[in-house]
Amino acid sequence: MTQALVQINNVVKHYTRGKQVVEVLHGITLTIPKGDFVALMGPSGSGKTTLLNLIGGLDQPTRGEILIDGVRIDRMSSGELSRWRARHVGFVFQFYNLLPVLTAERNVELPLLLTKMGGGERIQRARLALEIVGLKDRAGHKPKELSGGQEQRVAIARALVSDPTLLVCDEPTGDLDRKTADEILTLLQRLNREHGKTIVMVTHDPKAAEYASRTVHLDKGTLLAAAAA
Amino acid sequence: MGHFRFVWASLWRKKTRALLTLLSLVCAFLLFGLLQSLSVFFSAGADFVGASRLIVQSRVSFTDSLPMRMLPEIESIPGVKIVSHDQWFGGYVGENDQVFTFASDPVRLHAAYPEWVMPEEQWRAFERTRTGAIVGRLVADRHGWKVGDKLPLKSNIFPQRNGAMAWEFDIVGIYDGIDQSWQGQTMGIYIHHAYFDEANQFGRGAAGVYAVVLEDVNRADEVARAIDARFANSPDETKTQSEKDFNKGFFKQIGDIGLIVSLILVAVFFTILILTGNTMAQAVRERIPELAVLKTLGFSDARVTALVLGEALLLCLIGGFGGMLLAEFMMGGMARAAPMFFGAMRADPRVWAQAIVAMLALALAVGLPPALRAGRVRIVDALAGR
Repeated sequence: MTQALVQINNVVKHYTRGKQVVEVLHGITLTIPKGDFVALMGPSGSGKTTLLNLIGGLDQPTRGEILIDGVRIDRMSSGELSRWRARHVGFVFQFYNLLPVLTAERNVELPLLLTKMGGGERIQRARLALEIVGLKDRAGHKPKELSGGQEQRVAIARALVSDPTLLVCDEPTGDLDRKTADEILTLLQRLNREHGKTIVMVTHDPKAAEYASRTVHLDKGTLLAAAAA
Repeated sequence: MGHFRFVWASLWRKKTRALLTLLSLVCAFLLFGLLQSLSVFFSAGADFVGASRLIVQSRVSFTDSLPMRMLPEIESIPGVKIVSHDQWFGGYVGENDQVFTFASDPVRLHAAYPEWVMPEEQWRAFERTRTGAIVGRLVADRHGWKVGDKLPLKSNIFPQRNGAMAWEFDIVGIYDGIDQSWQGQTMGIYIHHAYFDEANQFGRGAAGVYAVVLEDVNRADEVARAIDARFANSPDETKTQSEKDFNKGFFKQIGDIGLIVSLILVAVFFTILILTGNTMAQAVRERIPELAVLKTLGFSDARVTALVLGEALLLCLIGGFGGMLLAEFMMGGMARAAPMFFGAMRADPRVWAQAIVAMLALALAVGLPPALRAGRVRIVDALAGR
């Protein structure tokens, strides 16, 4: 049996909006094995991004347990979570979220500033990550000089550079045309198959979900069913 | 790219805004450098002198002369070691170039002012040459004067007996300061009092002020009171004070320089605080999502706070050092243009230290609120645009 990388046990998440308490996730239990590529699907407001944020350690559940690679992250302090994210998770966002003042190479290098690597090694690693996503020749370009697809590749390189166990992608193709989206999804698939990265991807797009090895559906904060691709 | 380069890149995110903010900081610290140096320059005249001398002036004003007959009386007061006397001559070179010129007794001057150093043979020459004058090193260098030259001076106060305002003296010595500080003060000329006393139209036997060297500096107050008591209820009542207080009073004729400088600087820094604070706050507000991304990547709250604070610090240091260096450059120009007045004016280590403290305080004041806000950014809310 494949070892579980993500283990979510009976997770509940409340948000407070003004005086109103909204329960977004109602007792989710989910296991994601190491090396899996999971698509989280569901309508708007179903709680996909909330669940993704919990898996990525960006937020804490109200109740329940979250174990990543056997480590409970649901009770970590803010500082511990920061350190944990830096070591174990790579993030890819819908709108890329690159820093506009930095070149592609410097954007990719950013997570390595939190390591003890020297400048030379950091640059070497950043260039390697850019090479993996096919953007070695765009290293010196700033985000505004790149196309949407290229920006997303840089964002993927940034997510990869510290060699995390888990890649967390929130609508990574939501802002791209079909052809570019397919290229990005193929790249993610390759990272999963060839580099063994475990990927959890939120998407609305059934075509995007086809690239995943498994699809998990959420509706109104409840897990519906898991389907293998 | 280390953290510094990241902060540097963030600083220039909006180039025009960053440049304008920097320019305003440069202007603020230019004013700071010039005004603080001016303040130090004026108060230096007071701080500079030793505490071992008292100055006796007319109770009415130091522009009122005192009779020379007071000299032996002052000398007889217990605690008085040496008495020298100076008369302001009001000297000019050419039409407009004022030089600090005093008529003094060479022997008494030599004894009372050990800070002025000169070869003994030049002191002797000053004693025996009635038309003699000794010239400070700075003023001699500026005019290219040397021993043996004729020194044509005009007085705006004292005509000669023939009515001429033009006087001529013989340079018999060029004095230096005993140390670097005093060397910066060698901007005066001393002429022989005996010659001046005989040759001026307004009569003899007057001294502007008396400089009293004390036997024991700890008895300064007691001796000052004794001198003033001696001449109380006479036609020439005196006001005796330390040389430092006298100099401070002299400069206060212009105004309370320290207070004026402080008020201007408070206004300048208050404005700059608002301006830079607003710029920093705006810069952070604009990039809340970017800060959230940094946190997502694993940057801790403290590290994000430090990065924003570092940006404010870098901004203030560049602007501050730029302004201070510009002030130094301008003071160099002022010193060249009017060495008599600004020759010794420079941003000394005290002014630099104050400027650096001001830069750090400003950086903290304008950087801390947005930095703390940046540190408190909630990733999930910021990424969702809330």
